[in-house]
Amino acid sequence: MGSEKQKYSDVYDCVIIGAGVIGAAAARTLSRYRLRLLLLERENDVGLITSAANSAIVHSGYDPTPGSLKAKMNVAGNRLFPEFCRQLDVDLKMIGSLTLATDDDQIPVIEELAVRAAQNGVPVEILSRDAVLRREPNLTPEVRCALFAPTAGIVNPFELTAALAENAVQNGVALRLNEEVTRIAPHPDGGYAVTTDRGVYRTLAVINAAGLHADTLANNALAELGKPADYEIRPRKGEYFVLDHFDPEFLHHTIFTVPTEKGKGILVSPTTHGNYLVGPSAEFTDRKDDFATTDETLAQVLASAQKLVPSIPTRQIIRQFAGLRAVEKRGEFVIDRPAPGLVNLLGIQSPGLTACFAIAEKAAALLREDLPLEENPDFNPVCPPRVRLHRMAPDERAKFVAEHPSYGRIVCRCEDVSEGEIVDAIRRPSGATTVDGVKKRTRPGFGKCQGGFCQPQVVKILARELGRKPEEIPLKSPGTEILLEKIGGADGG
Amino acid sequence: MAADPLRTETFDLVIIGAGSAGLAAAGAAAEAGVGRILVLEKEDFPGGILLQCVHNGFGLHRYKEELTGPEYAERALIESRKTGIDLRCGAMVLKITPEKEIYYSGEKYGCRRARAKAVICATGADERTRGAIRIPGDRPAGVMTAGLAQHYMNLDGYMVGRRVFILGSGDIGLIMARRVTLEGGKVLGVAELMPYSNGLARNIAQCLNDFDIPLYLSHTVREIRGKKRLEQIVLSQVDGNFAFVPGTEKTFDVDTLLLSVGLIPSNRLLTDLGVRLHPKTGGPIVDETLQTSIPGIFSCGNSLHVHDLADFVSSEGENAGRSAAKYILGEPGTPPGDSPVIRTEPGEGIGYLLPSVLHADRAAEFLLKFRVRKPYRGVVLLLKQNGGLIKKVKKPYLLPAEMENLRLKRDELPEPSGTLTLEVTDE
Repeated sequence: MGSEKQKYSDVYDCVIIGAGVIGAAAARTLSRYRLRLLLLERENDVGLITSAANSAIVHSGYDPTPGSLKAKMNVAGNRLFPEFCRQLDVDLKMIGSLTLATDDDQIPVIEELAVRAAQNGVPVEILSRDAVLRREPNLTPEVRCALFAPTAGIVNPFELTAALAENAVQNGVALRLNEEVTRIAPHPDGGYAVTTDRGVYRTLAVINAAGLHADTLANNALAELGKPADYEIRPRKGEYFVLDHFDPEFLHHTIFTVPTEKGKGILVSPTTHGNYLVGPSAEFTDRKDDFATTDETLAQVLASAQKLVPSIPTRQIIRQFAGLRAVEKRGEFVIDRPAPGLVNLLGIQSPGLTACFAIAEKAAALLREDLPLEENPDFNPVCPPRVRLHRMAPDERAKFVAEHPSYGRIVCRCEDVSEGEIVDAIRRPSGATTVDGVKKRTRPGFGKCQGGFCQPQVVKILARELGRKPEEIPLKSPGTEILLEKIGGADGG
Repeated sequence: MAADPLRTETFDLVIIGAGSAGLAAAGAAAEAGVGRILVLEKEDFPGGILLQCVHNGFGLHRYKEELTGPEYAERALIESRKTGIDLRCGAMVLKITPEKEIYYSGEKYGCRRARAKAVICATGADERTRGAIRIPGDRPAGVMTAGLAQHYMNLDGYMVGRRVFILGSGDIGLIMARRVTLEGGKVLGVAELMPYSNGLARNIAQCLNDFDIPLYLSHTVREIRGKKRLEQIVLSQVDGNFAFVPGTEKTFDVDTLLLSVGLIPSNRLLTDLGVRLHPKTGGPIVDETLQTSIPGIFSCGNSLHVHDLADFVSSEGENAGRSAAKYILGEPGTPPGDSPVIRTEPGEGIGYLLPSVLHADRAAEFLLKFRVRKPYRGVVLLLKQNGGLIKKVKKPYLLPAEMENLRLKRDELPEPSGTLTLEVTDE
């Protein structure tokens, strides 16, 4: 077996470990060059862990300490968002944010944030109580003033990671899911040998974007090189509520509390699909697989959010979830090249989503000495447009459906999603293979019924498209199949 | 010029939903003389949720015999096969405009627009989900609503779990406890937050007691555990304020948790249109004709309020069909508020009381529907108008699980306006 492994499954210029938003962005950025690229992901889909459970905010950048890597990457990343999301056809709305002072003690904090914003090059404006309430009548009457950041936005984070991976694959990146890296070691003839549970790859360079597990990978790789390191990711859990899209006029901006030492504090924000997100908490956990929500924490989240927006309609709550931020113990992004050909992108907590494009550019720059960065003339930055039926005008929609009948069949009533859109989400490069993957890409199951009506249809479509049995279709990771055997042992169906 | 891709057709009445409510409404409207009726059904077959209810117990009131859900649906379908009714399945309604234009979409029909003089919404209800009741813990597979499990088992033919716990003693949960047991699964228990069951007494007897499935009253699930498939739930007793009682936690090793924790009327089409909803039922506010706050738009069935018997859904559908016929054929109803109205209000012990508005001058008899907040034995219902007692009804028992009907004649109403209250009292 061992000798077979040493045959090397393939040879690459760069292996990117982790297909979260950071790894996928790095892969896509490097695909601009004539390189042989491999993107490895241990889960069965891209963007499944931290990239799937966050605040979905494109931060303006008023908050990070001026001069820090976080501040630089945040501000640079923010500026890249509109153009990159256009290329990738990813939902983005630059709705602006309001950070509220809700008591007199917080007024100086707002003033300090305005100074910090100026240092970071972020345009902001301090709005009076009246001006804030004119913009957002549902805010607390206790509001004293607010920091308005017009360059803040909201993005669909699932679509973003999926689109980055899709575009990377379109541009020649090999994506392998369900494959876990177990070792990064120097190769005797130069470059690295990346060992996974399925094979060994030889590569000139490695980008470690392994999220919550990037510390272990980096420390072990550097130990192999005789350069001991002490990276340490401490997962910090954030618990959230999701509200249904009950009223598009309820809030128009992302509403923040003033930041605390734990993070940006609680926010209440519209999402790109008109839902509202409330959260997150910020508690360290010692387990990297702890995504449980708790009553106590969510009660605190709600109480804090109600200090911003007292009338949050709790009847509209449709879901709770928890995400883990990959916080490096120093509290700063780690974007380094500790050895030739080895780049770490670790500790990418908030504002990591915002920073993804800037971090990817930086990673490419760090590899300039290790890789021949020769432009790929065939690089196409554009994803084929996604059909968004629910946003089409009736005539336009009718015309499209007349030409594409499967887009006439509506599978998800809550979110108005057709079979055609689901099939497209499955068939695209790096497409959905799970119920959750379909949901993240095109929304059936995101609504009020949480899949109660559409899930059987989604299971059937996935089974048909993937040539599998319905009982083989997982909700999310392998082992989460929804259906057991056929009743009566018959396969008659 | 290109042809308009959005084909538009004109009808007298469009009915949304071909379940028991919508089919009965169509039949009654046709019977009353409405000419062109379009019934739009999102699924590929008419019948609604009845199709997955393969158990018996349907039709005892309406047909005086015991039918299964599909048998009941078949009767309802046959009764609705009347001249002028155009039933289109696989057609999802996307939008209703204030001008009563109905936009719908289907693989067979493409996107179309139907113009109507009146619309009946019979769009059923959604099940309350884990997220809505906020059960803490992990998010593994194996946690689903009881109705979804019923769909998978009875329509698709798959087992959904081997060791099953059920939260909520609503009828769907009780029915599924028996169904899972009959197919060889082990149901370890049913938990109910309230100190009494929320299902029909016959379902407690036939679905739990007959199979020795324990019912844990005043209990709820306080934690879900499992990284991939559900592994364990933690059950806890709750006190009178629904707070967990410390030290009462029990764990159950189960691979499936079914939720039967209530239905919410499904009314997005109406709320998008600006129709006002009833704060208690989640259905629209209606008058005795089942007309909503928008003239010519009617509501019936589980999208108006959650019923426990399909038979009552059908008769409510017929009421809506007849009302829509009157509206279309020249006795236009008036929106609530334009003429003297009686407003109804639930009093002591009453959870909700429908309809919300009565027009004393427009009907000879009114059918009031209500549910009580908690179980009662040997009580009296007092119906009062503007504080004065107008009717007294003795009841041997009243249960929250059972929707009650109360008939009221116009002559029993001393005044054409004011407030009508219903209350429960010991006597």
